Amino acid sequence: MVKMKAISSFAALAALGLVAAGCGGSDDANVEGSNGGDSGESATVEFMHLWPQGSSAEHHRIVNEIIEDFEAENSNITIDMQVLSNEQYKDQMTVLSSSNQLPDVGMTWAAGYLDPFVNGNQFAPLNELLEEEGLRDDFVAGTLEAYEKDGETYGLPLELNTVYVYYNQAIFDEHGLEAPETYDELEEVINTLDENNVEPIALGNRDRWTGSMWYMYFADRIGGEDALNSAIDRSGSFEDPALVEAAAKVQELVQNDSFVSGFNGLADEEAKSMFMNDQAAMYMIATWDLPNYTTNEDVPQEFRDNVGYFKFPTVDGEGDKDSFVGGPGVGLFVSENSDVQDEAKQFASYFVNEWGERAVSEAGVIPATVVDGEELELPDMYVEVLEDLNQATNLTLYADVQMSASVAQTHLDLIQSLFGLEITPEEFAERHEEALSQE
Amino acid sequence: MNKVMSDKWFITLYILPAMLLLGILIFIPLILTGYYGLMRWDGIGSMEFIGLTNYINVIQDGVFWRSAGHSFLLALFSTLSLIIYLAVAMILASKIKGSDFLRKIYLIPMLLSSVAIAQLWIKIYNPSNGMLNEILRGLGVQNPPLWLADPNIVLYSIFVPILWQYAGFYILIYYAALKGIPESIVEAAKIDGATPVQIAFKIKLPLIMGVVKVTVVLAIIGSLKYFDLIWVMTGGGPNGASEVMASYMYKLAFANNNFGYGSAVAFMLLLITLLVTLVVRKLTADKEEIQY
Repeated sequence: MVKMKAISSFAALAALGLVAAGCGGSDDANVEGSNGGDSGESATVEFMHLWPQGSSAEHHRIVNEIIEDFEAENSNITIDMQVLSNEQYKDQMTVLSSSNQLPDVGMTWAAGYLDPFVNGNQFAPLNELLEEEGLRDDFVAGTLEAYEKDGETYGLPLELNTVYVYYNQAIFDEHGLEAPETYDELEEVINTLDENNVEPIALGNRDRWTGSMWYMYFADRIGGEDALNSAIDRSGSFEDPALVEAAAKVQELVQNDSFVSGFNGLADEEAKSMFMNDQAAMYMIATWDLPNYTTNEDVPQEFRDNVGYFKFPTVDGEGDKDSFVGGPGVGLFVSENSDVQDEAKQFASYFVNEWGERAVSEAGVIPATVVDGEELELPDMYVEVLEDLNQATNLTLYADVQMSASVAQTHLDLIQSLFGLEITPEEFAERHEEALSQE
Repeated sequence: MNKVMSDKWFITLYILPAMLLLGILIFIPLILTGYYGLMRWDGIGSMEFIGLTNYINVIQDGVFWRSAGHSFLLALFSTLSLIIYLAVAMILASKIKGSDFLRKIYLIPMLLSSVAIAQLWIKIYNPSNGMLNEILRGLGVQNPPLWLADPNIVLYSIFVPILWQYAGFYILIYYAALKGIPESIVEAAKIDGATPVQIAFKIKLPLIMGVVKVTVVLAIIGSLKYFDLIWVMTGGGPNGASEVMASYMYKLAFANNNFGYGSAVAFMLLLITLLVTLVVRKLTADKEEIQY
């Protein structure tokens, strides 16, 4: 028995040794990286992105190709890549930045998400890079601005998304419906579908930002492009009658059975699968989903042929249909604490340049950089979307992205209550004012 | 050798590695969490000492207490469900046919990861094409409940898979304990004319009371800090209707970037769990343990 104890405590000691060795290992890696940077001979740039092979195969492949090309052109630089899926990525960013260990290059979201990182001096300012390489002109107007803070840019946007309502052409034809141009027409479409026992709109409001997009469009159509923005930046108010009216319109839709039943408990993925399995006639989502309706071979051809889209309709004769909800998705940041910052910046600008063309033609991503759509062979829907972008009068950045993290959570929770008919439009406005005034 | 083992220095030396591991992985982070709770900190930038403000805010935070209420409700349900598990274990332990097979079946949920269980039950609960509502509609129910979307029932909808998930674990523990009761005692009772019910309540239950107490503590602690299924299935929603202490803490720290306040909530969670554990132990303390 005594001997057993001795053995087990030895095992514990050995385990401790392993833990210590594990810590040591990562330290060594860092030292190596910094040495390389100082001498200018060889450098390792750590790069973290959020497109795993499983869920974003095309993105993943293009990233790998760009890295290979970059390494071939710059034989002294090695890219050390780490991939995480969306939610884990966000957690990892928080954990790494709290210990000053962000990768040299990584992905970030715009506006509100950026704030704590910029305030904590985690991201390197990129204005210089944008000017000296003439990189600034490559971006679609309005995209870089979302990554700006106090006149300095902290991220290079990769994607640009606008939100549309997609609809199932086959279901519409079956009931003699056409894509609505006005809110009244939309209501008629919904009524007809309801009468025929077809779920009109797929909505996964467990994720809450999905519902927020509906609210944002009503706010834009009723209150104009500035109503919501100024309420968020405090030059206006959420108690603006137009914004209260927008909230009321959302509840009107809910009361008319416009959304699939139990939408507040469904994830966006579940709602999407309902739309893609012909179980619902309409679905609002941003253009990041375009591949599913055009090129993605995993989606049945028959379904892809049947998908159409329409711009969010005007409401009571008000609103501009060329005003969009959307914004840049992820962008690249360079870590302020990077030991190989020059190489990291070099890689980031190379990546952005290469990404543009390949992204749209191969992965079906609308990039944030200017792309000449005419020279590429693209599905019709892409050409139309790129045209819409050229004609767009306004792009309103997603509300939860514009807001600081804690206000965004309040907004999203309130969206869920609004859709769940738990609060009135007035309370909805009031609670937003409360949250924003505490900032 | 015995002399060596009674030497305090050797004892210290032997427990040192385990103590170090525990210290580094558990106790130091615990203390740090309490310390972070004293700060205003977004998790990224520099910290600012603000004294007990966070803790005072937690105590006045309605959302926190509502979440705590949900956690306690889960603890209550978990504890009550132990009765069912115990009954099942008793039936399995009495020599019925196929008990071995059934025991294995009950254990399957334990082998699945929480995320897999969550996905499974999300499918079952799907309001329009989920198994449960299909069956209800087949039975003629016009508007079957929106299990995960209705704020009034969402909490109970999630309790079901949580209790289901741990059933096998507790049944296994009870089964092992019941199997440890010497056959001769049961035989003697039978000869004296005891009915099966009497044997269960007067012989078996008192003999495994020690184990039952442990499972009560386990169930309560496990419930108070429960997180995973709830997080995957509803994320605490709709609008906080299924929020528990741990998911609220996680949201504050990782979604709101409010690590200071999140840490304070985490520390409160620890204090509450400790307090409840002490109370439960006190309540179930017995002067004399029954021995075979």
